[in-house]
Amino acid sequence: MMATRFDRWLNTLGAWTLALIWFLPLIYAVWTAIHPGAYATRFELFAPLTLENFSNAWNAAPFARYFLNSFLLVTFILIGQFVLCTLAAYAFVRFTFPGRGILFALVLLQLLVMPDILIVENYATMRKLGLVDTIAAIGLPYIASGFGIFLLRQTFKTVPKELEEAARIEGAGPLTVLWRVYVPLAKPTYLAYGLVSVSHHWNNFLWPLIVTNSVETRPVTVGLSIFSSVDQGVDWSIINAATLMTSGPLLIAFLLFQRQFVQSFMRAGIR
Amino acid sequence: MTHRREWIYAWLLLSPALVLLFAFTHIPAISTIWDSFFSTPRGIRPSKFVGLENYEKLLMDDTFWQVFWNSIWYAVVTIPVSVALALLMAIWVDGKLSGRSFVRLAYFAPTVLPLIAVANIWMFFYTPGFGLIDQISGALGYPSVNWLGNPELALGSIMVVSIWKEAGFFMIFYLAALQSIPPVLREAAAIEGASRWTFFRRVTFPLLMPTTLFVSINAVINSFRMVDHVFVMTEGGPNNASSLLLFYIYETAFKFWDTAYASTLTVVLLVLLSVIALGQFLLLDKRVHYR
Repeated sequence: MMATRFDRWLNTLGAWTLALIWFLPLIYAVWTAIHPGAYATRFELFAPLTLENFSNAWNAAPFARYFLNSFLLVTFILIGQFVLCTLAAYAFVRFTFPGRGILFALVLLQLLVMPDILIVENYATMRKLGLVDTIAAIGLPYIASGFGIFLLRQTFKTVPKELEEAARIEGAGPLTVLWRVYVPLAKPTYLAYGLVSVSHHWNNFLWPLIVTNSVETRPVTVGLSIFSSVDQGVDWSIINAATLMTSGPLLIAFLLFQRQFVQSFMRAGIR
Repeated sequence: MTHRREWIYAWLLLSPALVLLFAFTHIPAISTIWDSFFSTPRGIRPSKFVGLENYEKLLMDDTFWQVFWNSIWYAVVTIPVSVALALLMAIWVDGKLSGRSFVRLAYFAPTVLPLIAVANIWMFFYTPGFGLIDQISGALGYPSVNWLGNPELALGSIMVVSIWKEAGFFMIFYLAALQSIPPVLREAAAIEGASRWTFFRRVTFPLLMPTTLFVSINAVINSFRMVDHVFVMTEGGPNNASSLLLFYIYETAFKFWDTAYASTLTVVLLVLLSVIALGQFLLLDKRVHYR
């Protein structure tokens, strides 16, 4: 009995130590962001609080525009992914046609060879299409998502045949069946995939950095990197305020929907 | 005839997704290989077929070799460490633990933050003299260390950030798998008098093998794909000591505008990814017990 109690105590200690280490960077960022620069490394309990760092950061770069761009970007990608992946997944589940196996294998290949890696060729394509420095160019390579098609196909496969047949007896065509039967039953998957997709594309950096070059198109991640790399003696408190600001929407959403977030990532990962 | 109609219908449903998929994944992957046999067009000089010249250049390129080994080291260290940590976290969070929801929140939080943003925070930790790590070690009487400026330490410092970012993400998958293990097994083992360690080694770990396979393949892909923090923290320096393959591709293509050579580097990355993912699949697949 002694041994198990000691064991449990040790595990709790370990779990908490690791949790504190994991949380430390975030706590530290919050500390520097809400205190004047002088307290960046002086930890006094009653240090004066301030929101000045946030307003300074907000005014130092066109963050309002960056936020709008990021918002437009993730919305565009999400809607595009939902529509295209739904149609494709439905075709794979509901129809038999020559080439189905090969095409599905090609879709799965995208899980390994992601557009993130093919930056050189995709940039050349965007130049040919005249799309460089547009929000569409940031989103287009990700819209036909192999992951999304796979996830929705798995979900659609679990839809009972009887439901579909009942709908068809009532004279519903394939698209009506999709809209009335399949999509409503896949709601949890859409939520899961939506959360994963939004957080992924809000956070994406390399491709937007390459394909944008003006304030009108840059998402927050690229905006933040430009802001914090300017060596004009910008002080850390302001950079950390900007850092928290850009992660803010996701962080707040995460705190509010913690359970859904975790479950979504879980659902998205179970294959 | 009805068959024919079904086919056409299916193809119509698929075509929008397939067009984009081919346009931005499959065709670029193939044209990357094609382009690696040509020279970079410069000014009025169009690109011409050069055979294996780019590959010869690659073999002679000291920077490439350094970046190549950096990437391998980066994968070899970050993947096992973050996967092992993820498993440990999942077991802790799955068991009885006071303050479990806070602990889970702490582990998972780095996952939802942009890598580029958390790199800023970590920058501050690493700053010599002023940063938090130096403050703590200074208080304990150790000399100041320039973590990101020292070629010996820069890559390791970058690795720490990616382990911190990834472990919580992988934890989720282990957590899902742990919760699907029937409690009957644990009860049976308890009756048999098996210790917790024996139970883990003989029952839990084998049952988690499919998750380990899934997580580690994901980890491989991520370790070659995520280079955002390199941009903020070191820009590959000092002297390419912390540069990774994808970062070098970016530099070659968009700083030096040598697109043909960048394509050649991309081919290396594609081959590396395929070989590792395939090898992992074959190696681990034998030890996976599917339910």
